[in-house]
Amino acid sequence: AYPKRVKVVEVGPRDGLQNEKNVVPTPVKINLINMLSETGLQVIEATSFVSPKWVPQMADHTEVLQGINKFPGISYPVLTPNLKGFQAAVAAGAKEVSIFGAASERFTQKNINCSIEESLERFEEVMKAAKEANIPVRGYVSCVLGCPYEGKISAAKVAEVSKKMYSMGCYEISLGDTIGVGTPGSMREMLAVVMKEVPVGALAVHCHDTYGQALANILVALQMGVSVVDASVAGLGGCPYAQGASGNVATEDLVYMLNGLGIHTGVDLQKLMDTGTFICNALNRKTNSKVSQASCRL
Amino acid sequence: QEPQACGLPEYIKIVEVGPRDGLQNEKVIVPTDIKIELINQLSKTGLPAIEVTSFVSSKWVPQMADHEEVMRGIERHPGVQYPVLTPNLQGFHSAIAAGATEVSVFGAASESFSKMNINCSIEESIERFEEVIKSARNMNIPVRGYVSCALGCPYEGNIVPDKVAEVSKRLYSMGCYEISLGDTIGVGTPGSMKKMLEAVMKEIPLSALAVHCHDTYGQALANILTAIQMGVAVVDSSVAGLGGCPYAKGATGNVATEDVIYMLNGLGINTGVNLRAVMEAGNFICTALNKKTNSKVARASFSTGTI
Repeated sequence: AYPKRVKVVEVGPRDGLQNEKNVVPTPVKINLINMLSETGLQVIEATSFVSPKWVPQMADHTEVLQGINKFPGISYPVLTPNLKGFQAAVAAGAKEVSIFGAASERFTQKNINCSIEESLERFEEVMKAAKEANIPVRGYVSCVLGCPYEGKISAAKVAEVSKKMYSMGCYEISLGDTIGVGTPGSMREMLAVVMKEVPVGALAVHCHDTYGQALANILVALQMGVSVVDASVAGLGGCPYAQGASGNVATEDLVYMLNGLGIHTGVDLQKLMDTGTFICNALNRKTNSKVSQASCRL
Repeated sequence: QEPQACGLPEYIKIVEVGPRDGLQNEKVIVPTDIKIELINQLSKTGLPAIEVTSFVSSKWVPQMADHEEVMRGIERHPGVQYPVLTPNLQGFHSAIAAGATEVSVFGAASESFSKMNINCSIEESIERFEEVIKSARNMNIPVRGYVSCALGCPYEGNIVPDKVAEVSKRLYSMGCYEISLGDTIGVGTPGSMKKMLEAVMKEIPLSALAVHCHDTYGQALANILTAIQMGVAVVDSSVAGLGGCPYAKGATGNVATEDVIYMLNGLGINTGVNLRAVMEAGNFICTALNKKTNSKVARASFSTGTI
C-alpha cells in the first residue's frame, strides 16, 4: 500500500543551481522560486547561507531570500552549515533551516574538513539557537547508499547519524543517495535499519538519478511508508563526482509517477513543466526531465 | 551482487531488442557489418535472447532491409536465442530460409494503432498471425507475441486493461509461448502497470509474461520493478537505450539494458549478464551511430572511470 499523500520538497533553487556550471543571476533565481511558489509545492529550498568562497553560486543568498515572494502555507528552508550562517539566515528573514550531515567519515572530511562527530558538534550550536528562535530544522544525511570515497556504506552507520540528528531536534531527516548508486535493494535494506531508530513519519528520501535508479528507489521508499520526497525541477544539478552525469531526480518525473499512483501531491504538473522550461532557457541547457522532454512536442 | 530481496524472482531473462527495436528507431541507418558486430558482441555478454532483425518489406522499414545478410552473417552462440520479427507468412518463410529458429509477431491493444501501424484491424492482424503461428508450429519454431500500447496509445489515449488481456489471451491460445506487453509510448506508471498486469494475469500464466517498457516519461525502471514484484520474470530492454520514440520527437524510447541490469544486480536477482560487457557493446554502437548513450549507468561509469 502507498501513502495517500506525499510531500514534495523542491530543492532545485539550492541543490540544483548549486551544482550547475552556469551561475544564475539573482533576478532569475528569484523568478524561479516565485514560479515554483505557484505550482502547489509546499516546500521550496531557497538558498544556502554558506561562504561565497566555497559556494559562489549561492553568494546572493541574502538578496534571494529577501527578494522572493513568500506565500503563506509555503516553507522556504535555507541551508545553514554553522552558527554564523544560521544567524545571517535569520537576520535575512529565514523561518526554517537545514543542516547537512553524512554517513561517511571520508566524505565529511573532504566536504567540510572535519569528522562526523565534529560536524554534529557544530550542528548542536545551530540546533540550540534554532530552538530558542522557534525555527524548525531539517537534517540531511548524505551518502546513505554509497560514498564516492568509501564505496559501500553500512546501514547501521546511516541509522546512527540519523538518530543523532533526530534526537538533537531535527523534525525531519532527509536520506540522500548522494552519488545515485543506490538500487531498490540497498534502499530497502537501509530504510529497514533506519526505521528502527527514526519514525518513518520523520523520514524523507533524496535520490539522485545518476544511474537511472531514482524513481525505482523512491517507489520502494514509498512502499515502506516514506511520504516525503525531495526532487529538483528539470532535474537541475549534475553530479560533481561523475562529470557529465545527471544528479537530482526531476520533480516533473516524480510528480508524473505519483499522479499515476493516485497519490496526492497538490502540485500542478503543467505549471511545474513551464517553470522547468523557464530555468532551462535561462541556463541555456536542455531539461533533464523526461516528462518535460516528451511533453513539449505533444 | 546483493543477497536476493524477498518475494522477487530469483532469475530474470533479459530479452535484448537493441539490434531490432533499437536500430529500427534510430535516425541513422547502420551498415550491415556494424549490425553483425553489435550482435556478436552482445552474444558474448551472457544475454539469453537477442532480437536480431525484422523480415518486413524494406519499403516500410528501410533500416531492416538487410535482414537476410544480418541473419546469415551473425555468429550463433549456443544457449542464445536469436528471434526475428515476421509480420506475415511471406516474412516468416524468408526468415526460415535465412536460418531463423524463433520468430515474433506484433499485435496491439488499440484498434487505431493497429490501423495506423499495419493498416488493418486487430482482428485482421490476428488472422494474419494465425497463418504464421500455424506454419511455425508445424516446423517446431517457437513464436513470441508482442502486444503494443498495453499502457496507452498515441491515438486513443487510455487503454482498458481488459482489452490488453483479451488480445494477449488470443495470441497465447494461438500458440505464442510468451507474450511481451509493451508500453509503446512510455506513458505507463506503476499504477497503470499493476492494473494492466492484474487483468492479464487472469488469462495468462505469469511464466509466459514479459514486459517491454519505454522510458519516454522516465517511468521504465519503476514500472519494471512493479512488474517483477508481481512475479514477471522476463524483461525486454535495449543496449544503450537505443531507439527513440517515433511519437514524441526527440524523446527517448526503449529502456537501457545497462540500467535494468544495474537495478537487478542491486536486487540480488540473477540475469547471467555481464554488465561491463554490455556497456562495452553499447559504447561500440554509440560510437558507430555517432550519438551519446541513453544509459545513465553507462554515462556515469565512463565518466567516473569505472569503465
